Amino acid sequence: MGLLEAIILSVLAASTPLLIAATGELVTERAGVLNLGVEGMMIVGAACGFGGAWLTGSIIIGALCGIVAGTLLSLIFAMMTLGLAVNQVATGLALTILGIGLSGLIGAGFVGEKITPAPHLYIPGLTDIPLVGRILFGEDAFVYFSLALVIGVWLFLYRTRTGLVLRAVGDNHVSAHALGYPVLRIRMFAVMFGGACAGLAGAYLPLAYTPFFIPGMTAGRGWIALALVVFSSWRPARLVVGAYLFGAVTILQLHAQGAGLGIPSQFMSALPYLATVIVLVLISRVRPGVSTAPAALGTVFVPDR
Amino acid sequence: MRKILIAATAVMLAAGASLFGASAADKLKVGFIYLGPIGDLGWTYQHDLARQAVVKEFGDKIETTFLENVSEGPDSERSIEQLARAGNKLIFTTSFGYMEPTLKVAKKYPNVHFEHATGYKRDKNMSTYSGRFYEGRYIQGIIAAKMSKAGVLGYIGSFPIPEVISGINATMLGAQTINPSIKVKIIWANSWFDPGKEADAAKALLDQGADVIMQHTDSPAAMQIASERGKLAFGQDSEMIKFGPKAQLTSIMDNWAPYYIARVKAELDGTWKSEDEWGGLKSKMVVMAPYTNMPDDVKKLAEATEAAITEAKLFPFKCPVVGQDGKEVECKGGDHLADGQVLGMNFYVKGIDDKIPGK
Repeated sequence: MGLLEAIILSVLAASTPLLIAATGELVTERAGVLNLGVEGMMIVGAACGFGGAWLTGSIIIGALCGIVAGTLLSLIFAMMTLGLAVNQVATGLALTILGIGLSGLIGAGFVGEKITPAPHLYIPGLTDIPLVGRILFGEDAFVYFSLALVIGVWLFLYRTRTGLVLRAVGDNHVSAHALGYPVLRIRMFAVMFGGACAGLAGAYLPLAYTPFFIPGMTAGRGWIALALVVFSSWRPARLVVGAYLFGAVTILQLHAQGAGLGIPSQFMSALPYLATVIVLVLISRVRPGVSTAPAALGTVFVPDR
Repeated sequence: MRKILIAATAVMLAAGASLFGASAADKLKVGFIYLGPIGDLGWTYQHDLARQAVVKEFGDKIETTFLENVSEGPDSERSIEQLARAGNKLIFTTSFGYMEPTLKVAKKYPNVHFEHATGYKRDKNMSTYSGRFYEGRYIQGIIAAKMSKAGVLGYIGSFPIPEVISGINATMLGAQTINPSIKVKIIWANSWFDPGKEADAAKALLDQGADVIMQHTDSPAAMQIASERGKLAFGQDSEMIKFGPKAQLTSIMDNWAPYYIARVKAELDGTWKSEDEWGGLKSKMVVMAPYTNMPDDVKKLAEATEAAITEAKLFPFKCPVVGQDGKEVECKGGDHLADGQVLGMNFYVKGIDDKIPGK
């Protein structure tokens, strides 16, 4: 296995949870809801996902447990921000704190256990092709699913009527409401989708990445996913680029250290975040004054009856 | 009605307070501040095992409280102070980054005794304690050099602080006794605990040709990656063989229980005083996990080295210690480096082909 191939494989694995979580959050934000609780939903997804897989021995059941856990947690968020019209930022932060605590509680019984990680695809002949074989045909199912998910979300947002309505709700909830669209119901489904994705992304960590559960194992990946949504200026295609770029910088800085390039490691650890800042600046320079964010993002909507 | 309610509340409060007061007066309250979650299977896990040992030893005579996931730096000051205010008379703060906050709180609460792990600042009511982990690292270096076919070791560092650097140096000094041209690749995770990143670092090291992985970070992720790839690795802080039954060579285990029990006993007896404890293999503060996945001759060599260090016949930092610049390091401890030189180590020994980040 060549070094380049090895690096690409590591990058794909490191980027996948970011991509899944960010895709979910992108849909949520496109509907005008800012859910800062991604980290919390991810870590609960990780705990439940591992628990499910450990108890049943099935990675698929584990993944489903992660999805359900993330969705349930996001329903709390929906209840607070949509039902009771509570501030979204505060609720999202609270959700993260709740999730971290809850995951420790759920996961307490599984700490120290391990499972067999998700299998990697193997197609005789195809997977054995030098260089590209393992990269294209040798990943675990999550990697392929994450890409299918982004394509699906892109098709949904830009090629379906419902997608158009969802974007309308995110851009101007008053108009959408006046046109007779159920703003709160659409937002609730968007929030649930975001929760499901975050839960799955969290479950990816113990199911495929490091096959054991440890409290706090998401280590801030939920926040990176949030940054990626902004980085992508709320566009699914750019999200893929952003997630892989972020993964690449993370992995390459480790390789640069191992190769003894002599660049301070503290600087290298900060590189992915620096890249985010630079891209944000560049994006704002391209179209000065025009915000790419959904216009109603983060604002509370109370329908007048 | 309202007055009755208020009166009832007052009575209940008074009753509660007296109950609380009574229990506080009878029992010695001991507090612990942890860096990670108690389920990290590494650093914090070992500290909590020791706390449990204390509870088992003294039973009803004491009451312990712990706060987990307390981040280092100024934030931890509040947590430490909270424990002091809650009536804890002996407080263990178990990470290097709690040093300044512990010192500050110690000055504010002169009647409370503090025990700070791995630091170097002390006060009348603040002790320090740490393990001579470098002794274990030296043994690991010897095993690694024996077991590595590529002659390249992979080392995952957390932060470039003296404790970690002395560990890298001790590893190399041990390894060089077997293979003078052994190489080490070092990756800093800049985190004590991030399983994903630790796994990525282990992958990067293996991809770059290292075939034995050692780590100074706290999760079993690297062990698990080595196991998956059919390579070898050393555990960290606790027994990690479960994550690499065919991969773990040994593990340096932190055994705080004897020290914690001794200190709590001193507190109960009223003989506690500020000390500086730096225990190694001899005092069993550092314990090696069973030597596994290696041929008998390597195992024998490891055991002999362990015995020699325990009996103070062998010092990992035996003079002359030569730095990267080829110059001999001044020998302040007779025939080996003085403790202070090890505790403040900020140079790499000859043979490490890298730079300390930020230097």
